[in-house]
Amino acid sequence: MIRAEHISKTFGDREVLKDISAVFEPGQTNLIIGKSGSGKTVFLKCIVGLLEVDEGTIYYDEKLFTGLDFTGKKEIRKEMGMLFQGSALFDSMSVEENVRFPLDMFTTMTDEEKLDRVNFCLKRVNLVNSNPLFPSELSGGMKKRVAIARAIALNPRFLFCDEPNSGLDPKTSIIIDELIREITIEMNMTTIVNTHDMNSVMENGEKIIFIEEGEKCWEGNKNEILKSDCRILNEFVFANALARQLKESSR
Amino acid sequence: MFRFLSGFGSYWLLLGRVFSKPEKYPVYYRQTMKEFVSLGLNSIGIVTIISFFMGAVITLQTAYNTENPIYPTYLIGLGARDSILLEFSSTIVALILAGKVGSNIASEIGTMRVTEQIDALELMGVNSASYIILPKVIATLLFNPFLTLISIITGILGGWIVGTSAGVITSQDYVYGIQYAFIPYYITYAIIKTLFFAFIITTISAHQGYYVEGGSLEVGRASTRAVVYSSITILLFNVILTQLLLS
Ligand SMILES: Nc1ncnc2c1ncn2[C@@H]1O[C@H](COP(=O)(O)OP(=O)(O)O)[C@@H](O)[C@H]1O
Ligand SMILES: [Mg+2]
Repeated sequence: MIRAEHISKTFGDREVLKDISAVFEPGQTNLIIGKSGSGKTVFLKCIVGLLEVDEGTIYYDEKLFTGLDFTGKKEIRKEMGMLFQGSALFDSMSVEENVRFPLDMFTTMTDEEKLDRVNFCLKRVNLVNSNPLFPSELSGGMKKRVAIARAIALNPRFLFCDEPNSGLDPKTSIIIDELIREITIEMNMTTIVNTHDMNSVMENGEKIIFIEEGEKCWEGNKNEILKSDCRILNEFVFANALARQLKESSR
Repeated sequence: MFRFLSGFGSYWLLLGRVFSKPEKYPVYYRQTMKEFVSLGLNSIGIVTIISFFMGAVITLQTAYNTENPIYPTYLIGLGARDSILLEFSSTIVALILAGKVGSNIASEIGTMRVTEQIDALELMGVNSASYIILPKVIATLLFNPFLTLISIITGILGGWIVGTSAGVITSQDYVYGIQYAFIPYYITYAIIKTLFFAFIITTISAHQGYYVEGGSLEVGRASTRAVVYSSITILLFNVILTQLLLS
């Protein structure tokens, strides 16, 4: 479980997050949704500690995370995996080396054990026989899979995904969404996903937090989201013509 | 002025993070080996070519500037040797490496920053500054002295080949001049300067790359700044070191 309380973040004189509180439960996919520029990435980076919050506190399983120094954060970070928006694979390493990197860095496994683990993770994301390829040789969807494999290499308890389906076609998006959901349940992780994709919202939204201009405007699940009275949320949810028509006809 | 000072401060803070205890020695060792190739071996070509021609030009110019019967011609060899040792193979080669290696380092690290690879390292709990920069510092500190020696040798060779074939000096005089009144300390001096310059190039360029914000445009700007700032610092330290080491 991750608990964020009264998080505020300012860049210069621009207030990007305003007093956001939220609780994220394990074994389910928690979504943070909102328009581009609403502050989703900043919020996620504050939660994982890549950005320092100005105000507020973050707890991982009741352990205080904010304010810890590098060594203190490191202990909790070993249990985190993150999928970045652009995948953030290491360009100079092959697929296999990318997934093996956290193992090299933080375990005392033998080479054989590492290779087993790498192949297990790659198989889990349905990517076999790609071990020697380099990131520049992969498609967008494959990069995301490798990034997922790398994120789960150390059996994390917390998984963070920043726009996992940005830049992917609708079909690949769905595959990646499903993969994240399945892995979350299998490994009983607390997963937080940033997205502005309504498809993923309707597929995965067991818990949804809606952010607008750095403020939390609404919280609920995918069943509640269609019936909400929140005007700004409705503008976001029913932004496209098809969704609007569905809403009209369901009246 | 404020930007300069805050840049200066963040440079020293970054160095502090670079020189903290490595997490996993085998991984650092592997990275250092990679950097030997990309920063060291890959520079041998350009250093050889430039040194050969500069050695040749230095010899010819020394010859044409001393066309006076009272100077013995072996002084041409001596003059060329000392220019190469004292100034050329350390300072000029360092300036050229600032262009090649410096921009390479800044753009590589800058790209890692804007594509969130540095964030990915930090998130795993890796000290990204140390993991990325330390192997580069070690590789250039260990390898650049060899580049300097290679430059000295090819420079002198270039002077000999071109000087003798242009007919400005005989092979015998050149070789005599090269050996005449040789001060071994000049080699030490060249190596010491090289070590300082290698550190300057690597750390200043890495600093520029590490703090890039934005996209590929900013990466390009950072790599230009890396070359300019490290070149200026090299020139500054050249004066200081020359004063300290030769006075
Ligand atoms: N490092 C930064 N410095 C200044 N402003 C930033 C920084 N990072 C993000 N912002 C600003 O914060 C706002 C929210 O950005 P972001 O969280 O990336 O939005 P999104 O919801 O699309 O992920 C944007 O207006 C952006 O300009
Ligand atoms: Mg974003």
